[in-house]
Order: sequence, then structure tokens, then C-alpha cells
Amino acid sequence: MYQAFLIKYGEIGLKGKNRHVFEDALVSRIRTALKRAEGSFQVTKEQGRIYVEAVSDFDFDEAVDALKKVFGIVAICPVVIVQNQGVEPLCEDALAYMRELYGNKSMSFKVHTRRANKGFPMESMELSAELGGRILEAFPAMRVDIHHPEVVLHIEIRGKIYLYSEIIPGPGGMPLGTNGQAMLLLSGGIDSPVAGYMVSKRGVGIDAVYFHAPPYTSERAKQKVVDLAKKIAAYTGQIRLHVINFTEIQMYIYDQCPHDELTIIMRRYMMRIAERLAIESGCLGLITGESIGQVASQTMQSLQCTNDVCTLPVYRPLIAFDKEDIVQVAKKLDTYEISILPYEDCCTTFVAKHPVTKPRVDVIRRSEKKLSEKIDEMVERALAEDEVITVW
Amino acid sequence: MMQAYLDNSATTRCSRRVAETVQKVMLEDYGNPSALHLRGVEAERYVREAKQFFAENLKVDEKEIYFTSGGTESNNLAIIGTAQANRRSGNHLITTAVEHPSVANTMKYLEKEGFRVTYLPVDGDGIVSLDALREALDDETILVSVMYVNNEVGAVQPVDEIAKILKGCARKSLFHVDAIQAYGKYRIYPKKEGIDLLSVSGHKLHGPKGIGLLYVDSRVKIHSILYGGGQQKGLRSGTENVPGIAGMAEAARECYENLDEKIERLYALKARFVEGIRAIDGASVNGRTGRDSAPQIVSVSFQGVRSEVMLHALEERGVYASAGSACSSHKQAVSPTLGAMGLDKELAGSTLRFSFCFDTTQEEIDYCIETLAELMGQLRRYVRR
Repeated sequence: MYQAFLIKYGEIGLKGKNRHVFEDALVSRIRTALKRAEGSFQVTKEQGRIYVEAVSDFDFDEAVDALKKVFGIVAICPVVIVQNQGVEPLCEDALAYMRELYGNKSMSFKVHTRRANKGFPMESMELSAELGGRILEAFPAMRVDIHHPEVVLHIEIRGKIYLYSEIIPGPGGMPLGTNGQAMLLLSGGIDSPVAGYMVSKRGVGIDAVYFHAPPYTSERAKQKVVDLAKKIAAYTGQIRLHVINFTEIQMYIYDQCPHDELTIIMRRYMMRIAERLAIESGCLGLITGESIGQVASQTMQSLQCTNDVCTLPVYRPLIAFDKEDIVQVAKKLDTYEISILPYEDCCTTFVAKHPVTKPRVDVIRRSEKKLSEKIDEMVERALAEDEVITVW
Repeated sequence: MMQAYLDNSATTRCSRRVAETVQKVMLEDYGNPSALHLRGVEAERYVREAKQFFAENLKVDEKEIYFTSGGTESNNLAIIGTAQANRRSGNHLITTAVEHPSVANTMKYLEKEGFRVTYLPVDGDGIVSLDALREALDDETILVSVMYVNNEVGAVQPVDEIAKILKGCARKSLFHVDAIQAYGKYRIYPKKEGIDLLSVSGHKLHGPKGIGLLYVDSRVKIHSILYGGGQQKGLRSGTENVPGIAGMAEAARECYENLDEKIERLYALKARFVEGIRAIDGASVNGRTGRDSAPQIVSVSFQGVRSEVMLHALEERGVYASAGSACSSHKQAVSPTLGAMGLDKELAGSTLRFSFCFDTTQEEIDYCIETLAELMGQLRRYVRR
């Protein structure tokens, strides 16, 4: 029954002279996203609205699913298009629409008309009143509520007439590609995919890095991270996933440094390597899934120590989230089930039984001096052997 | 790089002759064996010949062979099919604490359906206690299911003695044997040994995956667990997997050619492997290792090295083994078999299974031992402190 969608977007409207940049980005993202859905669509931008019109038979559910993954969309309204043949046929169409969607449901409603085509013989207010009356007459269980209606029937009169009342929430945020690029540290756990999603939602493109430690982590653990990257790529567009072999560095730290500092020092090297990759790929920041106090390496002191090695800003969108809240988002993104697969990740393999929870930057720096003989060449080697997997 | 595939109890490589047979059936003799026309007759011939072969090989009647989708289905059909068909005579089932999940979880399902199940304990070598069996048997027992060779440690269960005990009982209960790891290594004659139902899988003997068989003594009361077109006398509906059936028969034929010679060789390899393991500091073999154990399976614990780590380190050097049984290695839980044998949790989590086949060479064994010795030296340094 639906032939089109009206796309509502929020914040873009505030962007002043840059507005067209954001709108064009959104239109382009919508076109790309709809390639995942069966059918052909025409996406047009006019008078501060974006219309998606199907120009062939299409799969409604697939189209809505695709649109729900486009950052910048606040709401998706499925639209019925009817011919503009005057007041009486429109009333018939509106009644048919209400019957189809709501039957004779007991609910409050109002009619909101927007007459872009002034050639239509009745004014907006007058038409709203007329249609409201006809609906009340046809469906006695309904009642009008101008201020807090449960359903608003929108009538837009243009060349043709557009009817819509359903509002499917979109993800919100900003269109992708309007805010630069950042490097996500992706571990295979629950948090990092969520962190990537959240930053990306603000229009940021994502690159990712995964630290692989064979034989302590398996091929399946790596495949799990690739699968996670694919899930978030459905929102963020193409992701270049860097796989860094971290075993040698990890072993060296294990041999040279105090064991309770192992995780912190490891994390510092991960940040250093991630930053190098970020700069090389033109990223403007790093993203991690850290949340204060979640584990020993995420206390305020530990975060200070890992942050100490970076010059790029580190974005930590989950910093004040409780685990349960993160899990909720992960479930929505469909990454949760993958994240909880029980393959080892390289952080847990060597973790000390009692790691430091309040490391001091100066102490950690001093411990790292013990690595000075070989660590630089190891880092270079790890970077040189970087394996890049592109997912989308 | 040298390669040593020592995970043959997970699955084996298809033999060339088997693969060629399967291909021929798929490309040329592809009819439905139930079809009335010539193509159907051609296909049916493979099924008939396979049945004849297995009947001769097991010394049973052709009519007692049923083809299934593999070991799991054979075990499910044997256990659920007989439990339901004989429910009126009793609702007690007996099995062991070291069965494969396709038996253990089927039993758990039947427990939920109201059956009473006894899980017999095993000794430190994984061998089931006969005294416990005698004690468990009662008027209500309708089925005893025991595996022939344990898939994780290669323990050989006293099948003959169990059958004798069952025969001596006033009340006759059925005896099912999961022979998935045993068939192709042992000559098994169900009628002589007092076995009523026997499960076999194709891909453990260089045959294709997705094919197995269940021997069902003609006197056994059993219900179908699949409903459909009534193939295989209605016990196992579904178009027969003709390529699989032909392939499995071919594989079994090859296995049993010069069997004694091949088994001798396998025991010699196993002895060599066990000797090598014993020379490695911190490595120990679980269960028996002599002629009273299966020739193809060795379970080894590596103190201080988690099995997953050792497995991936071996894999990097071209050696393939398994942690727990392959079917369950996605779970982190420690193997119930090793637990039942009394192995402590730490050691059970540091255990790998090495399993050989007739194609395994001495070079592969030596390379594996050499690699293990080297890795043990390296990996034990990096334990969690």
C-alpha cells in the first residue's frame, strides 16, 4: 500500500550555511543504504524534506530496515500517494487509509494539512476540519484531540497528495561523512562495537584496529572481530580493519616488566600503535569502549596512564555507562550474541591475578624503560605486518 | 612446513576411492532409489550393495541395517526410538558418565520426558564400573547404552561383559552400543556380542560426512523419530543419501582390508607417541595406553598450558589436535569425561586429544613430539602469575 517514505531529520536543520552539505550527505547515505533493500528508489530533496519514492515493486520491511541504519534520520514515515482530484476523492482516500490502518479503533486523532500546491480548492485549516468531521462520522469509536492526539493524519498536497500518520523512529545523529574519521580499538568484547557505533552516529567514519596474539588467540577470535566489524559497518559504512600481530610485544612486556603492570603497559602500546595507524589513515582521533571502573585497566588512574601516550584525542563514549546499559545497545545492534562467544582475547590471556588498579604514570614510565632495547623495532615490525581487512 | 593432522577422531580425510565413488553417484547414478524407472533401480543397487556389505561385515541380516544422517542421528534414533517403544515395560535407562553429547544430551531430554536415567561412574582410566551396572539394573530398566571406545581418551568399555550381565538378568533390557569411534578399528559382531543396537558414522573412517548407520536387531521394538515417505521400512523416512551410503560402504571396505596389519602398525605408532610424551617434562597421558586401549586415541595433559593455547601454537606449526571433543570445543566448560575420570579442573583444561588414522606416519608422530617438547619449554614460561 505504501509507495514512498518521508524522511524527517533533526539537527541538520540547525546547520546554517552548511545545511546543504549535511542534506546532500544524508541523501547520498540513504541511496547507498537502500541498495541493501529489494526494489528501486528515487531519493529527492525539496523544501527541507527528503522523499524516498519507490519506482518499482519493493520490499517494505527491507527498505525500513535499511533506512533505520542511516544516521541523521530522525523518523521514517511510510506514505500513501493518491491522485490530486479535488476534495471529494481525497475524503474517500483518507477514509480508506484510516480504515486500513486503524479500523474502528478507539483512539484520539487530528488531521494536519499542508497545502504546498495552492491550486487545491480548499484551504488547509478548512480541509483539516472537513476531513476530521468525515472520519468521526465514519468511525464512531474515534475522537478528536487537537492537543495530544494519539494519531496525526498528515495530508500534504503537492502535485499528488501524500498521506501519512505512522512514524518509525530512525537512529538520529548526523549523516555519515560529515564529521571526519576516527580509529576504533576493537577487541571482540561487548563494549567496543557499541563505542564505535555511538561515535559514528555523530557523522564520523570508522577505521578499526584489532590486536591479534596467536597462539594465545585463535583464528576464530579474529573471525569474531571481523563479524563484529561487519555488524557495525551496516551503520557506519565501509570499515578498514587493521589486524596487528601483538604476540611478540606482549611476550616481551611479560618478560621484562612487573606482572601486575602488564595490562596497563600492554594497553599503552596498543594505544601507541593505534595512534600511528590513525595518523597514517588520516583519522582525527581514537575511539575506545572504556568505562570508568569497569575493570582494573579502566580505573581513573589506569585511564590516565593509557591516555598518557596519546596526542590525538581519545573518544570514550561509554565512559559513564553501566554495563547493563551497554549490553542493551549491543543487543539492539545485534553485536551482543557475537561478543559473548567464548574465544580468548589477548587482554585476558596474560592478565595478572592481581593487576594494579591505581597505577602511577611515573612508575609505569619507569617500568617501560626496561623495554627500550627491542620495543621500538617490535612496534615497527608489527606495523609493517599490518593486515587490512575491508568490511562493509 | 611439515603437516601432521592428528585430529582423526574429529573427522578424517575422505579417501580418494571414496570421493570418486561419491562423485560417480552424484554425476551419473543420481536417481532416487524409490523411483520406479531405470535411474531409480541403478541408485537402489548402491543402497542394496552397501547393506549387503555392512550385513556381512557385522554378521547380521541386511534387513537390520538402517542408514541415517550420521552418528548423532543413529544415537538419537536408537535411544529415543527404543525408549518410547518400550515405555510400557519400564521407564529406566542406564548409560555412563563419559558418553558423547549425542547420547548424554538425548538421555537428558528423556529425563525431562519422565524417564529415569542412571549415569554409571568410571574409574581413573575412564572404564565403566560393572558393579555399578549390576546395582543400577532393576525391573524397570529397558535400555542400557554404552559407548565402545570413548572419543576423548580412547578407553575401551567392557562391552562383552556388560552384555553378559544383561543376559543374566531376569528382565531383558536392550543394549545399545555407540561404536562411532570403534567401527573400522575393531571387528564387531553384534549378534555374537549380545548388542541389540549399534551406531556407526561414515566420516570417522575416511567416508563422507552426513552419513551413518544404525544396526537394529530384528527383534527390537523401536519407533521412528522422523515422519515422512516411509523409506527404510518406515523407521527412517527421507530419500536415502545414496552418494553418502555408497561412499561409506567403500570407506568401510577399505578400512577392513588388511585390518590386523594396520592395527598392529597403529599400536606401534601409539606406543612411540606415548613414549615421546612421557619424556616431556610436565606432559602426562590420561587413561590406558596399551592393547587394552583404542589404537588411535591419546589424551595428553600439559601442566600449566591451557589447551587452547597449546592447540593454536601447534596449529602454527602445522600440527592439528583437538581440545575436548571437536563438537563441543565451542564451549568453555571442562569435559565431563575427564571430570568423571577424576582429573582436576586445572589439568582437564590443559588437555589435548591426538588421534591417528591408518595414514598417519612415523614422521608425523616424531614431528609432533618434537614440536610439543619445544612448545612446552616456551609456553610454560608464560603462565598466569
